[in-house]
Parts: sequence; structure tokens; C-alpha cells
Amino acid sequence: MKFTLDWLKEHLDTEASADEIGKALTMIGLEVEAIESQGKALEAFVTAHIVSAEQHPNADKLRVCKVDAGTGELIDVVCGAPNARTGLKSVFAFPGTYIPGKDMTIGKGNIRGQVSNGMLCSNAELELSEDHDGIIELPEDAPVGVKYVDYAGMDGVVFDISITPNRGDATGVYGVARDLAAFGLGTLKANDFTPIPSTGPSPIAPLPHQFDADEPKAIRKFAGRYLKNIKNGPSPDWLQQRLRAVGLRPINAVVDITNLVSLGWGRPLHAYDADKVEGTMVLRNARGEAFDALDNKVYTLDESMTVIADDKGPLCLGGIMGGIRSGVTEETTNVFMECASWDPDLIAQSGRKTGIVSDARYRLERSVDPALTEPGMELATRLVLELCGGEPMEPAISGEDVFPDTRVDFPLAEVNRLTGLDVSADEIEAILGRLGFAMEGTGPVRNVKVPSWRPDVTQKADLVEEVMRMVGVDNVPVEPLPRLTHVAPRMLTTIQNRRRIARRALAARGLDEAVTWSFISHDEAARFGGGTEDRQLANAIASDMTDMRPSLLPGLIAGARRNANRGFADVALFEVGQIFLSDQPEGQHTYASGIRTGTATLDGAGRHWSGKAEAVGVWDAKADLAAVLDALGVDIEKVQVLPEAADWSHPGRGGRIALGPKVTLGWFGELHPALSAELDIEGPVAAFEIDLDAIPEPRKKATRTKPALALSPFQPVSRDFAFVMDRGVTAAAILKAARGADKALIKDVGIFDVFEGSHVGEGKKSVAIEVTLQPRERTLTDEEIDKVSSAVVAAVTKTTGGELRK
Amino acid sequence: MVGPSSHEVAGTPVTDLPLRQAQDEVLREFSMSLQTQIETLRSELSSAIAGADSEAALETVRVSALGKKGSVSALLATLGSMAPDERKTAGPAINGLKGEIAGLIETRSAELKAAALEARLAAETVDVTLPLKPAPTARGRIHPISQTIDEITAIFSDMGFSIAEGPDIETDYFNFTALNFPEGHPAREMHDTFFMKPGPDGVKKVLRTHTSPVQMRVMQKTNEKPAASYITPAMDPPIRVVMPGRTYRNDSDQTHTPMFHQVEGLVIDKSSHIGQLRWVLKEFLKAFFEVPSVTLRFRPSFFPFTEPSMEVDVQCDRSGSEVKIGEGNDWLEILGCGMVHPNVIRNAGLDPDVYQGFAWGIGIDRIAMLKYGMPDLRAFFDADQRWLEHYGFRPLDLPTLFGGLSS
Repeated sequence: MKFTLDWLKEHLDTEASADEIGKALTMIGLEVEAIESQGKALEAFVTAHIVSAEQHPNADKLRVCKVDAGTGELIDVVCGAPNARTGLKSVFAFPGTYIPGKDMTIGKGNIRGQVSNGMLCSNAELELSEDHDGIIELPEDAPVGVKYVDYAGMDGVVFDISITPNRGDATGVYGVARDLAAFGLGTLKANDFTPIPSTGPSPIAPLPHQFDADEPKAIRKFAGRYLKNIKNGPSPDWLQQRLRAVGLRPINAVVDITNLVSLGWGRPLHAYDADKVEGTMVLRNARGEAFDALDNKVYTLDESMTVIADDKGPLCLGGIMGGIRSGVTEETTNVFMECASWDPDLIAQSGRKTGIVSDARYRLERSVDPALTEPGMELATRLVLELCGGEPMEPAISGEDVFPDTRVDFPLAEVNRLTGLDVSADEIEAILGRLGFAMEGTGPVRNVKVPSWRPDVTQKADLVEEVMRMVGVDNVPVEPLPRLTHVAPRMLTTIQNRRRIARRALAARGLDEAVTWSFISHDEAARFGGGTEDRQLANAIASDMTDMRPSLLPGLIAGARRNANRGFADVALFEVGQIFLSDQPEGQHTYASGIRTGTATLDGAGRHWSGKAEAVGVWDAKADLAAVLDALGVDIEKVQVLPEAADWSHPGRGGRIALGPKVTLGWFGELHPALSAELDIEGPVAAFEIDLDAIPEPRKKATRTKPALALSPFQPVSRDFAFVMDRGVTAAAILKAARGADKALIKDVGIFDVFEGSHVGEGKKSVAIEVTLQPRERTLTDEEIDKVSSAVVAAVTKTTGGELRK
Repeated sequence: MVGPSSHEVAGTPVTDLPLRQAQDEVLREFSMSLQTQIETLRSELSSAIAGADSEAALETVRVSALGKKGSVSALLATLGSMAPDERKTAGPAINGLKGEIAGLIETRSAELKAAALEARLAAETVDVTLPLKPAPTARGRIHPISQTIDEITAIFSDMGFSIAEGPDIETDYFNFTALNFPEGHPAREMHDTFFMKPGPDGVKKVLRTHTSPVQMRVMQKTNEKPAASYITPAMDPPIRVVMPGRTYRNDSDQTHTPMFHQVEGLVIDKSSHIGQLRWVLKEFLKAFFEVPSVTLRFRPSFFPFTEPSMEVDVQCDRSGSEVKIGEGNDWLEILGCGMVHPNVIRNAGLDPDVYQGFAWGIGIDRIAMLKYGMPDLRAFFDADQRWLEHYGFRPLDLPTLFGGLSS
């Protein structure tokens, strides 16, 4: 909200400087967005006299003017304004002046062969109004060569403050003055709301409220007054200047008065041209009618919106904006002035539905003092009579206002309890008193009556805030928060630690951490196991952000694609974040997922003198996954690696990591070629996903002690075996069989060679294993070693159907 | 054991005394001849040793001289058949030759070994200026958001705050109603909040617009266990938690993204007040921005879930291209805070006349941008490798209070 220092001083008797007032406003919660000198942008413009204006020889619509701008010489200026004429006093910009309305700096020029050294300006070019029909016309007696801002009296200070939604009372200059006075920055001046005697009965009857019991009803109390035989016209300079200073365009005296009261007291009004009203004026809800509003737009009004209507339809969208049909013009002679009280929530709703942003809505959706309905009408009456003359008819009032009449039992100790401030009872009483709160009683608990303009104050804490903001939050003594424990105990939960560790582990493997959107396109979601209706947004912001992601991979792949489009086809990206298996809290899991594209392997991408990087593949994905599990303390040897590819994976180059029959820890593999094409990503993609929530919580240990280390004094012995078997037999099966041959003696089984080819037979492969035996009690004899070897051969051939390679 | 000599000894067999003179002569002749032989051998072998250009060649020379059938060995063998007198002079002479030759061979062998090593080293020389591939730890990066959350966690965990969490898809109740948002509050409208399509359970759900619903989940005691293990169970006061997480608003422009990150803080006990809130925030911001002091400005404001409510500006210098916290004359709005609203405490099942406390909310992305100078929020979510490499953190840049939050 904007207002000038002069305007504030109409309501506040103060010696404070603009700077002091600005600081105070921010301190009491009326945040200053800007303090500007009103004429700052127009400092360079001067008043000037057009000594002569002649037709441009080469252009019909241009004139060549000789301008006296007080410099002692005449300046040649080419001007296109129709009113640029000899003898006119106007406003001039020298070359080098920034023209705000055009967002350009005027230079020296030559327009169709005629020199032009400056510019004669319109109100629009100075952003004073939207009037760009011609250059500004100053009175004949205007001085020449003085700053226009000085001449026009635009030397004021403009405050722009932001008002929080609870402070409807501060949406008028008067309310701001009341707060500043309470803060101690001056004395609030009294208002004159004395009723103006009527000269006759109202030609318009009190408006009937035509609502069914179950209908939303925005109107509470409607006060109208018929002002007869007025003489409307432009409002006086002081009023025009005041409105312009805060960015409003003066229209005519009556309309300007409604704006003055709206901004000055936070009490919106609306004026109707009474002669344009047809039939009876009523209050009712709209019926889907089209409404020509004063902003020159047409709105369709629905049944939830209250309107003021006549026989022909809506005249005004109540509390928000008037209509063109009954708008007051300079020709208007009979005015019906409305000052009404509305339900803030319904005003807000209608405002949002229509999207209309108006000064009336801004105030009425916050709350307007219900005690100001009739005084506001009297204020408007007085101003119209002063500026336009006329005869006031009897007020036409209908409906009832809502007065909360809140009373709060206020223990004065609450101030200290909640803020730590020490404020005496007298001071509390004085502060609240200045803000209009009446305090009754004595002793530690007082009864406080909340003034009608503060419906936001309903309980003790609200009163504490009032006291605190007047004392100043900066004056609250800073005090350390006592510690609950001296050395902080462990603060992170298992899953919080897992996320942290997974991130560092993956980054240490050369992957970059990405943070991608939680919502993805429906197609992507459906392709990765999501896309169900419960995971869809009802009001997505974009068509590719409609569904909560069931996987981190689509976001990462999209990221890789963007990188590829920028010329970086080899990327390694991961994300540790939430995915959504349903809309329920338990459907949210944390996944650690990653992709490598092109040649972005662990060793790094691209060509290098030491050797060319290989294309990424399933082994890269499996290694990343295993590294994360390892970092999280999961023994990769103890989990099951199953040849069951994820839906997104190449069916023969992907696997699942499981823990028993029920728990899946993750997937790894190469992206299915068909999916690569669908997702428009070229080249190989190796991907993995780990469900960090699926990893079992580690068992609580009674002691931190590690089990004793049992070292054998005897050297381990190793034996190699090669088997030929069907291609489909898994390594996992071979290893399991070999390990199981003698669990006591066999310490380790490794695969050191795998090959296929015609010499091992069609559909066959050769697998060579190294079995390490660890004797514990004595050195093994040849017989013992042979016995274990036979057991290994027997177990492997039996499980795999293969045979020992001779 | 001595094998047959390969050299015949020159001279005549020894005869009787009358022939003594003649014998002496012979002996003299013999000695001269041995002397000559030794000299010849020495000269021949020396040049052979010097000429050996490899260990193998040298070995051949050694065998030809000192081997069983070697020339020096053969000369030695003649000692057996000599008269004691002869032996007396011949023995040291021949043994001297043997020692001399052995020494020459050893010296030459050392020379050859040194030369061979030198040659090998020369052959093995590489261009050590050839560039390496960057190590994985040099390439991988932690996203600034994760790093910032780790930094926040380091500070608050030291101050005795644990980390609490709740779901992103939140009920209308936890996101709004429980937090004292009246029906019809603008934040509840479609243009501010993302709503989920109605699910089969009929519960109205939104994407949480702030991390504040976690406050309620932490305060509101129920008999039920949380639906998932990541959700922080409700606790009894005294409560000290911070709640970082993703939040969503239906908003997208230069400074707003539909998804962003917030950290909420909550203290509930029987005595905490705004004076302590000011202390916590000041200490946090000082630690986070790693500056010796910060100046804060508290402005009364309005939030439905706190009363009194305040917005906090931090003093900074915005004159240059970057924002410098802890100096300058500008103010920058950085967070919102206040005493938890009595209605919220009541909604959690606690008595606001007994329990009290404060809460605050900070934009994680925002303070990350302020600290590390990222100009555009939208780039946070673009996964641009160049951006991540530039603004990201190395995997072992672990923010701790003892080691410093940033290096």
C-alpha cells in the first residue's frame, strides 16, 4: 500500500522524519518495501514555453517548435502532439533525460530534416496518467525553466508498505497513523464523522437482501446515500496529486472521493450514477450473468458471488468492482453512494474466482472495521458536498453488521512468558490503550476489550504480539536456549544416515548428484510402474509434471538427455530421494538410483592415451549398486543376485537384488533398447535403483565389541576346477554349490574364467573356479585335499548338470 | 683328484747331482718360461675380460680361465708335478695370476651390471607429464542442497536438535487445519497448493506447502506407530527438532520453482521464549554463514501457525555481485518464525498454558544460494553436469563443526 508523508500527516501530528517513520513502520510490522521521493524519476523535467510552433515542412503531423526552457536560448524541438501550439506552456525534457513512460533516454535528433534537441512531454510519458492524447498543458501563468516536480508540488515522500493478511485495519492511512501513534511517533488526529442532515427521503429504498437461507451471503450491512443535483467534474489539484502520488489515476471528483476514503481510512466505497439504475436496486447472488466491469473486462459471475443489481442485472460485483453501466462520469448529477460491510472470506473467494485485483477487494478481504460503515458514508457525503455541492437524501440502510465484541482475559505475565520481555503493567496498559484496546480490572489478570477494527485479535498470544511489536522485537533480550544434554547424543536415524552415506559413496565413484522434480509426466510414470490416479496431481503446473514419480530414473534419464543435447553424452548421475509407490505415507520410499551413459564408467569417460573407455553396461550398474550396499554395511555376498530384470531393463542384462523371498533391495541393468528409443536417449545407459527403506534396520547390539579375530596358523591351499555346463546356469548357483561342498574347510570360491565358443559346445560355457581351503587345526594331507576336491566337483556337477572339464 | 693337465710342462726330467749345473740352467729356463706363460695369459685374459661386452661373454672368459679346464687352472695343475723348489716360486706366481684374473672378472662384472641397469632404466623411462584420468573422487559431486542440509544438520545436532521427517504427500489436516489455517485461507486454493486427485480413502491430500506439518506429527501423540519408519514418531516435550525436506507450491517464475526445500525448526517445552528464539537463529546463521557475527532485524509479521509471528532480515552487503552476510547496510529477508500458536499447541493435544515454544522456517535452496552464490534457483533441478561440477561439493567435503562446514 502506498501513501505520502503529507497524507500521513493529515492523520498524525508528528515531527518525525520520513526515515524515522520508515524505520518505525518496519519495526511495528508494517514492512516498508520502499520509501521514494515522489518526483525522483521526474527531477530532470522542466517547465517550458513554446514560443512558436510551425508546420513541419516534410511531415503533416509534425510541428517544428521553438522552445524556451529557461536556458536563455530557444531550442528547436520537433513535436508530434496535436496540441503543440504557439504560446503553450508545457513540460520539456533536455537531451539525455530518461523518459519513464517510454523507457528510453531522449537524444539529440534530426526528424525528417529538422533538428530536434529535446522533447515536449505528455502525462503518459511522465507516467503521471494514461493521458497521451497530447503534451501537458500548463496554465498560462506557469513559470518557465523550473523543475516540473517543484512546480507541480510533487516533492513529497511516498511510502510503499506491505500489509499482512491479518491487518485490514492498516490498509488505510488512518490505521497506519494509529499504529505509529501507539508506537510513540506522534498524536493521532480525530476524524469528523458527524452525520450530515438529510434534505429529504431517499429516492432509492434500502436495498433488500434477497438470499435463500442456504446461500452464501457476502453482504452484511449496506448503507447507501442518494446525493442529488451534484456538479461533478475533475477533482481539485490537491486530490488529484494525492492520488497520482500513490499511482492512481484521477477520474472525476466523485470517483476520486471514493478512492480517497478507501485509501485514507481503509473504507472502500462505491458510487453509482443513480440515473442509470433501472427499476429496483437489490442485493442478491449472481445468476451466471456476464458483467461489464469498470476495468473494461467482461466477467461471468456465478451463484456464490453477491452483486448489487437492478432490474436489468448486476450493477456492481459486491465489494470488488463496479460496473460500466452505472459508472459515475463528469456528467453525472445524481449519485448513489454505497458504503457496505462484507464477509471477508466470500469477498476473497469471489476475488480469486474472477481474478480481479482491486483496492476494494484488497481491503475487504482482509477486514474493514464494521463500526465504519455509517461513518464512512457520512465522510463520503461531506466530501461530495464540499467538492460537488448537491443535496444529501436520507441514508438507505439495510442488514446487520457483525461485531465480534471480543474480550480476552489477559494475564500480564504472558508478555514475559512468551517473549522474555519485562514490561510493566502500566506500560502494557498504555500500549494497548493507544492501540484502542480497553483494559479493565486490576491485578495480574486483566480483561481486555478488543476494538472493532482488530478482529484478528482473539486471544492472549495476540495481545502479547501487540505489546511486543510496540516495544520492538529488537528490544527483546537475547538469551541462550539451555542445553538438554551437554554432549549431543546421536541425532540421525538409520534412514537419514543411509541417505547421507549413499550420497557420499556414489559421489566417490564419480557420479554427480542431481536433484530432479518429484513429479514427472504421466507417460514416464506409467512406464516406470507408476501413473495410478492416486499419485496424480489434480492441478499440475505443467503437462510434464503431472504424476508423482515412482522411480528416480525418468528424472535422471531426462537430465542425461538434456546434457547430451548440450554436447555431453557421457554423464554419470545419481539422486537419493523420495519415490512414491502410493499416495499414503508408507508409499513414500527413499531410493538411491543412478545412471551412467555413453562411456562414463568408473574410470572416466572418453578417449585417453592409457586406453579407450568402454561403453557402460550392466557390470557398471551392478558395481555401483554393490558399492552402495557395501557402504551401508550390507554384505553383498549375503544378498541374492537374481537374473530377474526390472521392467525398464534389457531382459538379459539386468538383475534384482533380494534378501529372502519377500524383500527386494534393488535392481540393476542396461536400459531396455525400446525404452531408450521411447525416452529419446542415444547410446548405452547403465542404471540401478536401491530401495534404502527395504534394507533391514540393523539389530541393536548390546555391545560395541567386535567378535574375536580367529587367525589360523596354517597356510591356505587353493585348487582350480573348470566345468562345462549349459549357458543358462548362473554363477550364483555354481558358487553356492561349491561353497556348500565343505562349509568348514572352504573359505572362499572365486570365478576366474568364463568363456563360450564352439570348442566347448553349442549352448555351453566353461567356468573355472578357484576354491580356497583354510585348514584350522593342522596342515591338510593330500588325501584330505582330494576329498574336498571330489566333494566340490560332485556338488557343482550335480547342481549345474555340467561336468568337469578334462 | 686333479685332472690331466692340458699343458705339457716344458723342460727336461730332473737328473742326478752331476747334472746339477745343467739342472739349474733348466730350472732357470723353466722359470723364465713359466713367467712368460703367466705374462701371456695375463695379457690375453685381461684383454678378453675387458673385451667381454656382456655378462655371458664374461662368463665364457671366466670359464676359459678359471673353469676346471681353464688356462689358469691348468697352470695351477702343473704345480703338482713340480719340484718343491720350483713350486715355491711357481705357486705364488700362478695363484697370484688366478687372484688377479678373478678380481678383473669381478670388476668387469660389476661394470657390466651397472651398464645393464643403466640401459634398462633408460629404456624404461616414461613421460611422467602425460596427464592422468581424473579419479572418481575428483569427478563426483554432492548437490549443494544435500551439502547445505548436511551443514544445517551439523549445526543443529550440536545444539541438541534431532532431525524429524514426514511425508511429502500430506493430508489437508496436517498441512493446513492442524496448523490453524482457517477454511477459505488463500493458501488452501488451487493457485497456491498442489492437490492430489481424490484417492480411494477419501482423505483430502496435498503436496505439503511447507515443512510445518512435521511439527504437528512430532507434537501430536497417538497410540499408533508411524505409518513408515522414516516418519518421526511423536515425542513428549521437551521437543527440539529440525525438519528439512521438499516442499511444493503451484508457482513458477524466476525466483520460484514448483518444488523447493525448507528446514523447519521447533522447540516445545515449558519456558522457551522469543529471547531464546533470537539466540538460536543468530547462532545458527553465524555458524552457517561462517562469519564472526550477524545482525538480525526481527519484524512483526503474520503466519497462521505462530503468534507472535516475525520475519527476520539479515544485515548484508549487496553492493557487489555477491551478497555478503555479516557486513554492509542492506537487509535481506531470510526466514519466518514465531511462538507456536496456542491453537496449534492445542491441536496437538497439549495445553498452551503449560507448554510453549517457538518455530521457524528457512528456505534451504535460498540460503544455499546466498552462501555459495548460485544465481538461479531453476538450475538446481536441471541436472546440468557443468553446473553440478561447478557448484557441487567433493564427496569427501564433509561438513562438520570440528573441521569446518566448508573448506
